[in-house]
Amino acid sequence: MSASSFVLLGNGASLPWSTIPEWPVASFIRETSAQLERGGRLCSFFGVKDGAAVRLVAIVAFDADNLLAAGRSEPVDDRFPSLTLLHPQAHLFEREIWEQFGLIPEGHPWLKPVRRGAGTAPANGEFFRVDGPEIHEVAVGPIHAGIIEPGHFRFQCDGEEVIHLEIALGYQHRGVERALAGGPHRATLAQIETASGDATIAHATAHAMLMESLGGVEAPLQAQWIRALALELERLANHTGDIGALANDVAFLPTSSACGKIRGDFLNLTALLCGNRFGRGLVRPGGCHYDLDTERTSTLLARLKSSLADVEQAAAWFWDAASVRSRFESVGTVSAQQAAEIGLVGPAARACGLVRDVRYDHPAGWHRLAQAPVAVWPSGDVFARARVRSLEIQRSGAFLVDQLAATPGGAIHEAPPPPAPDTLAVALTEGWRGEVCHVALTDAAGRFRRYKIVDPSFHNWMGLALALRGQAISDFPICNKSFNLSYCGFDL
Amino acid sequence: MIIALDFVLRLALWIALAPLLPGIINKVKAWVAGRRGPPVLQLYFDLARLWRKGVVLSDLASPAFLAASAVGWVAIAAATTLLPVGPAGASLSFQGDFILLIYCLALARFCTVWAAMETGSAFEGMGSAREVSYAVLAEATLIAAVLALCVQTRSLSLPGMLAPATGAGAILLAGGLFIVLLAENCRVPFDDPNTHLELTMIHEVMVLDHSGPPLAVILHGASMKLLLFALLLTQAVLPTGHLAPAWAGVAIGAGVLAVTVGVGLVESLLARFAFRRVPLLLTMAFLLCLFALLIAWKGGAA
Repeated sequence: MSASSFVLLGNGASLPWSTIPEWPVASFIRETSAQLERGGRLCSFFGVKDGAAVRLVAIVAFDADNLLAAGRSEPVDDRFPSLTLLHPQAHLFEREIWEQFGLIPEGHPWLKPVRRGAGTAPANGEFFRVDGPEIHEVAVGPIHAGIIEPGHFRFQCDGEEVIHLEIALGYQHRGVERALAGGPHRATLAQIETASGDATIAHATAHAMLMESLGGVEAPLQAQWIRALALELERLANHTGDIGALANDVAFLPTSSACGKIRGDFLNLTALLCGNRFGRGLVRPGGCHYDLDTERTSTLLARLKSSLADVEQAAAWFWDAASVRSRFESVGTVSAQQAAEIGLVGPAARACGLVRDVRYDHPAGWHRLAQAPVAVWPSGDVFARARVRSLEIQRSGAFLVDQLAATPGGAIHEAPPPPAPDTLAVALTEGWRGEVCHVALTDAAGRFRRYKIVDPSFHNWMGLALALRGQAISDFPICNKSFNLSYCGFDL
Repeated sequence: MIIALDFVLRLALWIALAPLLPGIINKVKAWVAGRRGPPVLQLYFDLARLWRKGVVLSDLASPAFLAASAVGWVAIAAATTLLPVGPAGASLSFQGDFILLIYCLALARFCTVWAAMETGSAFEGMGSAREVSYAVLAEATLIAAVLALCVQTRSLSLPGMLAPATGAGAILLAGGLFIVLLAENCRVPFDDPNTHLELTMIHEVMVLDHSGPPLAVILHGASMKLLLFALLLTQAVLPTGHLAPAWAGVAIGAGVLAVTVGVGLVESLLARFAFRRVPLLLTMAFLLCLFALLIAWKGGAA
C-alpha cells in the first residue's frame, strides 16, 4: 500500500487523530473506493463536526490481513461525490451522513432519511413504487401483531410474488450517539448496554475495549476470559431463540416449544455469571464486574452441558422433518456476490459462504488465545441461515466447555486511566448478529467528541430486502426471522 | 310441533357441542408439546367474552360487512341440519340434499370473503384470494367424495349415502376427506390457526377486522364446520348400520374424537406447507376421492 494510503491499525487499537491521513473530499472518496476494491470492507463511515464544517471518516476492514484501516477527509461544507455508486455497501452510511449533517452525497441513487421522515413521523417519505395493473402494494407495520419492535415494510407485489421490498425504520430512534457525545459520563454504560439489548455483551465489550485502548491499557486476562464466555452464552441464547422462532413460523411445534424453554436456560446461565439474564452490568471498562469462582464454574458447566444436549435434540427434530426443510430450502436466497456488495456481516454473511467473523478475522481479547471454528454454509437461503445458527450453537457450546476447563485466574478489574485526548479508537466484536463496531474520537479534554456505533443490523437490513425479491410474500416471516435483525440497534 | 321441537333440539345440540372440538385439538397439541395448555372449554369462554364486547367498524365497510357474518353462520347451521348423525338421522333430508349441503358451505365461504373485501385491507384481499383459490380444489375433492358415496350406495340422499362399504374405497375416501377437512377448516399444513403473521394467513387474515359478537359468530361457525366435516368423515368410512343405535352413537362419537385428535397430532408433528405446495396436496386429495369413486363404480361390477 502506498504511503498516501489509509493508516492501518488492529482491532481495539487507537491512534492520535492528527496521524490519520486526510485528503480533499473527492480524493478521500476515491481513496476509500480504492481500499474497498483492494478487498476492504466498510465497517463504519461517518461525519465528525469540525467547526462549521464536517469531516468524513471511513473505517475499512481487511479481513484476510486481520487489519483495519482509517482515513478522513478535509472539512466539507455541503456535498461530496457518492461512494455508493461504486460500492453499494456505503449507501446507508451516506444517507445517514446526509441526515445528520446535511452533506449531499452527489449521485446517490436513493437519498432519503434513515431514521427521520419528512414530517414528524419517522421514515414516512417516498417509497419506491412499481406500477402496473396487476401490481398491488402491501404495507406492514410499524405496529406488528407480535411482541416485536416497530418497523415499516412496504411490499410491491405481483399477486403473491414480491417484486420489491423497502424497509423504513427509525421508530426506535433514541439519540444514543448524541447522548454519548461529551462522555464518558455516568449514563454511558447504560446507554451502550441498551444500544441493542439482546447484544448487551457484544456492545459493552466493544465499548470497554475502546475505553481501555484510549487509556492505553488492557483488561486483565481473567476479565477477557469472562467476556468471551459471556459473548458465547449470549450467542447460544439468541441462536436457540431464533431456531425456535423459525420453527414457530412454519408451525412446527416440537422445536418451537422446546427452544423457547432452552433459550431461557441459556439466559439463566448468563444470570449465573452476573445476576442479569442479558448480561447487564457484567462488562466494565477495565475488566468485569463479577468473577466466576470454581464452584459457579462447575455449576455453569453442568447446566451448560445439559442445555446443549437439549438444544441438540430440539434442532435434530427440526432438521429431520422433511416438512421443515422443504420450507427453508431455496427460500430467501442472497448470493455471495450480493452479500459482498452490500456488506453483510455475521451469520447472514456466513450463510452466503462468506467467511466473515470478527473472532477469527480480527481477534482481540481472549479470542487471540482461543477460537471456535467459523460456521459457514454456502446456499444463502433461509436454510443456510438456520444451519449456520445451528452450527454456531454446537461450536460455541464446544468452545465454552473447552474454555471452562481452566480459568486464567487473577484480578478481574483494573480501572483504566482517563482517555487520551484527541485520539481515535476502533473496536470490533462479533455479536450474535454479527460485527459490532464502535468508534470513539476524543476531544482535547479526553471526552467523546464523536461516538459512532454500527450495529450489525445496519449492514444487514438491506440483505433482507434483497432476499425477498421474487419470493412469495407469505415467506416474508421466515425470511425475516432467519435474519432476525435489531430495530433499536439500527435506530439507535 | 314435535317435529319443530326435534329440529330445535338437534340444532341446539350442534351449537352447544361444536366449540368442544377446537378445545380438544389445542389440548392434544399442548400435551404433545409437554405443556398444560388452555382448558378444553376455552372457546366457550372466548365466545362469552366476545359476545359482551363492542364492535369496531371500518369506515369503508357497508352494512353487508355485519350481515355477512350472520348469513355465513346461518348457512353453516343450515348445512348441519342436513347432515344425518348415525341412527338419529337428519332434521331434513330429500333427494339431492348433499348438493344443498355443499352449497351452504360455499355460501358461508362467500360471506366471509365478501366481508373481508368490504374492509379494503391489502391483507384481507390477499387472504380472500388464497381462500378462493384453494376452495376451488377443496370443493372438487368434496364433490368427488360425495359422488363416490352416491355411486357406492346408489342413493341420492345423505342418510342413505352414509352407509359405507369397507375396503380400499373407504381408506381412499378417509384419506381424501381428512385432507379436505384440514384445508376447509384452516388447519396445519394449509393454514396455521395460531399464527400472528398476517402475511401467511388464509382464514385468520380475512376476519382480522371483525370484533365482538360478529367475531364470536364467525368463530362459532368455524367450530360447527369442523364438527360437520369430522362427522361426515367418520360416517363416510365407519360402517355403523348394523350396530344397535346406542352403540352406533358411541362409535360415531369415538370416530369424531379420533379425527379431532388426529388433527391435533398432525398440527403437532408437521410443519406448514409453503403456499405453492398446497395445490399439490389438494390435488392428491382429489385423486384419492376420484379413485374411491372409480372403485365404487367399477369395483362392484368386477
